Amino acid sequence: MIRVVLPAHLRTLARVDGEVKLDVEGAATQRSLLDALEACYPMLRGTIRDQVTQERRAFVRFFACEQDLSHEAPDAPLPDAVALGAEPFLVVGAMAGG
Amino acid sequence: MSRVRVLVGTRKGAFVLTSDGKRARWDVNGPHFGGWELYHLKGSPADPNRLYASQSSSWFGQLIQRSNDGGKTWEAVGNKFVYDGITGTHLWYDGTPRPWEFTRVWHLEPSLTDPDTVYAGVQDAALFRSNDGGQTWEELPGLRRHESAPLWQPGAGGMCLHTILLDPSHPGRIFIAISAAGVFRSDDAGKTWRPMNRGLRSEQIPDPTAEVGHCVHRIAMHPSRPSVLFMQKHWDVMRSDDAGESWREVSGNLPTDFGFPIDVHAHEPETIYVVPIKSDSEHYLPDGKLRVYRSRTGGHEWEALTKGLPQRDCYVNVLRDAMAVDALDPCGVYFGTSGGQVYVSADSGDSWKAIVRDLPSVVSVEVQTLP
Repeated sequence: MIRVVLPAHLRTLARVDGEVKLDVEGAATQRSLLDALEACYPMLRGTIRDQVTQERRAFVRFFACEQDLSHEAPDAPLPDAVALGAEPFLVVGAMAGG
Repeated sequence: MSRVRVLVGTRKGAFVLTSDGKRARWDVNGPHFGGWELYHLKGSPADPNRLYASQSSSWFGQLIQRSNDGGKTWEAVGNKFVYDGITGTHLWYDGTPRPWEFTRVWHLEPSLTDPDTVYAGVQDAALFRSNDGGQTWEELPGLRRHESAPLWQPGAGGMCLHTILLDPSHPGRIFIAISAAGVFRSDDAGKTWRPMNRGLRSEQIPDPTAEVGHCVHRIAMHPSRPSVLFMQKHWDVMRSDDAGESWREVSGNLPTDFGFPIDVHAHEPETIYVVPIKSDSEHYLPDGKLRVYRSRTGGHEWEALTKGLPQRDCYVNVLRDAMAVDALDPCGVYFGTSGGQVYVSADSGDSWKAIVRDLPSVVSVEVQTLP
């Protein structure tokens, strides 16, 4: 079970409160996590990563275990603490004007 | 008694304003999608409870929302806008080629007859269509493949397809406008397109009378007379009497002919409305006065409409999609401002009152006339 914390706007869009809990098949990576997230919540498609290129949107960041994982490869393993559900994977709207 | 429903898109959410046919007392519902930019909302002429909304943000991109109950509830539908085939390039601000890149949906135009068919005008400029209520989107690529497309350049707000007019008497005829390419017309439901810019003159481009490259801000038609078009260009208010084949200037006695919106009275095809703005480098009202100008002669002769509108210290703007008319008699006219006011006139513009004064900056205003 992987725990994901979405930013407020995406929680509203997905109609969830608090953390999202996901079962991820195979190795826990950014790609498999986001695949599972979008499968459960199709309305999130395109909001975190581009629907065609699958690249992270520029103003979205991924944090976990007090580290910035935004620039990790999509298929790199997530930290064990995230894969085991001890720590959440944070999807963060970058601080920017607006 | 008839009712009206006004759909307001703002920089930070959508609002639905409703009233009876007197248009004197209003209920304000919202914000919907708070914190997101709502570039446009529009209802289906074939089913007024079917609404479409363009919701976007710099962080999370583009969403399309659909309502089946007149805006009480919404559901996110398809948001995958993929250009057809090889995207090619257009010109960037510095004159270098730049690949087409999807940014957002500026305008949604539901079909006149089918609630599940809706067109989307997007940035970078292209026309998309959905035939399944917004679940999936397909580009009509003939427009973007026009031979002039590699020379199109963005206006200050981006290279946007912002206006879509569906001709009610010629099925398959579509007019669109792009900043800063100009007007194009298709007579075959979007397969092929021709530029419709003869008669336009823009001193801001190297060839002022070029076939494309004009910063058209808005075009409007009366549904009973779709071969007559009115245009607010970057500068100049224009008119065509031959379905866009040629244009002539009708700015007449306007205090300035720069502006964004233009609209046509619901029952008087020769009565049109604009909101003059001081200049292209000063996007606010001239003399601190909020004045709608009305021509009852299809242009040339304009009168200032000021009753109920601030006539001092007012420096708002009114954007291209932020004016609409209802179908009641007398005709109601509506517009929203960058200062968050939405004004209504229930007497064809003779007098005005603010429905709301303190919304986020208004991007778009549409109105539905309901039984």
